[in-house]
Amino acid sequence: MPIEVINLNHSYKEGTPFEKQVLFDINLVIDDGEFVGIIGPTRSGKTTLAQHFNALHIPRRGKVLVDGVDTKDKQADLITVRHRVGYVFQNPDYQLFAPTVGEDIAFGPLNQKLPGSEVEKKVREAMDQVGLDYKTLYNRDIFALSGGQKRRAAIAGVLACRPRILVLDDVTAGLDPRGREDILAVIRKLHRRQNITIIFISNSMDEVASMAERIIVIDGGRVLMDDTTKKVFARFVELRSIGLELPEVSVLIDELQQAGFKLPDGILSVNEALHSISSALREMEAQK
Amino acid sequence: MRKLIETIDLTYHYRSGTKDEVKALDSVSMNVFQGEILAVTGQNGSGKSTLARHFNALLTPSRGEVFVKGLSTSEKNNVKEIRKIVGMVFQNPDNQLVSSIVEEDIAFGPENLGLPQAEIIERVDWALRTLNLESLRREAPHNLSEGQKQQVAIAGVLAMKPECIVLDEPTAHLDPRGRREVLENVLRLNREEGITIVFLTHFMNEVIHCDRMLVMENGSIKMQGPPVEIFRKSSELKNTGLDIPVASRIAEGLLREGFKIRADIIHTEELIDCLCQLKSST
Repeated sequence: MPIEVINLNHSYKEGTPFEKQVLFDINLVIDDGEFVGIIGPTRSGKTTLAQHFNALHIPRRGKVLVDGVDTKDKQADLITVRHRVGYVFQNPDYQLFAPTVGEDIAFGPLNQKLPGSEVEKKVREAMDQVGLDYKTLYNRDIFALSGGQKRRAAIAGVLACRPRILVLDDVTAGLDPRGREDILAVIRKLHRRQNITIIFISNSMDEVASMAERIIVIDGGRVLMDDTTKKVFARFVELRSIGLELPEVSVLIDELQQAGFKLPDGILSVNEALHSISSALREMEAQK
Repeated sequence: MRKLIETIDLTYHYRSGTKDEVKALDSVSMNVFQGEILAVTGQNGSGKSTLARHFNALLTPSRGEVFVKGLSTSEKNNVKEIRKIVGMVFQNPDNQLVSSIVEEDIAFGPENLGLPQAEIIERVDWALRTLNLESLRREAPHNLSEGQKQQVAIAGVLAMKPECIVLDEPTAHLDPRGRREVLENVLRLNREEGITIVFLTHFMNEVIHCDRMLVMENGSIKMQGPPVEIFRKSSELKNTGLDIPVASRIAEGLLREGFKIRADIIHTEELIDCLCQLKSST
């Protein structure tokens, strides 16, 4: 069930003197089972683009096909599109609205008019997938959750609709390192075990580097790059020129290469870095 | 070193006296010294923000005391003076910006101090200049990027000429450029203007630029000291759910493999220097 974006343009306040075009001629395809990162400076159009994937925005110019369904087709079943493509917002407070965790997560399945036993099963499964304990947290007041638990509850609410594609819009912002790592582990598991397509928007280059196989770079409403993670982070001069950065590890490797260390390109993780630095040092010792 | 802020046995309960009472701070005794940059870290819910809100009397202790330059925050008559000494910047700049034009927003604080017009203009100019924001002077805040908005919020506090600025996760929602620019400006305010900084953050690559760090856990201070010393105790730090800087992790790994690497590395540049020395000695 791929997402196809064809010649997509988008303007806010179209037809008024305040019209502002925010997306320009976007073309891309996201295939089933991919893990795609979307990065770009603030206001580059990342969120506006991603909100076209589940018909929160309907294109006026160009089109978006979700599993072959054209979202601007008047006959299109947008409810089904939105169940297939789940969208998790940056701020869980915008997403959670019911008084308790259980009621919030049950909202989607209840709207699908499923029988009570089926709803409960889906809620239980969704909570299980994100690591929220059904017994202790089902009746918990939403406001009594920690920041990390709120994000997980928001993801569970979307998962309860059984999406095949999950859009995660900067879902780790403001979390502490452990909370961040827990959420990332949940996302990896959804991708690996259930083969859910993940579209991961983030301001953390380290996070994107450790998670995504492919990265789309958006700047000024246009696709600036669309390539494998390694190839994107190899274009660091361009990334820096639009205000992005490299993962911390890549900065270190780049500077060591400039200082004459023979290290391979495309190193993105601490372990890879450690391994290649130590082999380079051993090689130098051996040559002595 | 002179103490600018001192907390003595500070305990704070949210919803005090009700059945939902929650203890957020538990007998915290600590100091903020004049002229330092103090990083405050710890997991969400560990009490960082609650502690920071005591520094300018937004909250007052349930038990114990907080002094700002010797003034007790529990004394209502002191509050106005305390807020002149300690300014506060929050995570979300939208909660802090009040006017429709940047320069008016920055003038808001000085106007409320009842300063003469000429002095207000001078302070707005100075704040804009100091933070390199002059080009944004006549912009509308809602047209700025999140990073720029956060800079304007800092300028608004700076125009009050506080001795200390407390920043509560000011970079949490910014993109990489926004994060870098906010950090650079904050460091500059400290080094060039001598302003004492309390910086709450989850990013260890920000903490390493601070003079001292505090690690909070369950409403108490778990560790405190210079970042170099704290990051050396990496196993202890992991239990608090915090990260270790990338350079420290790589240095630690190389050390374990038997290479002669300094054990006190936290900055990328230090690691590079150290590796280059190793390279030239082989």
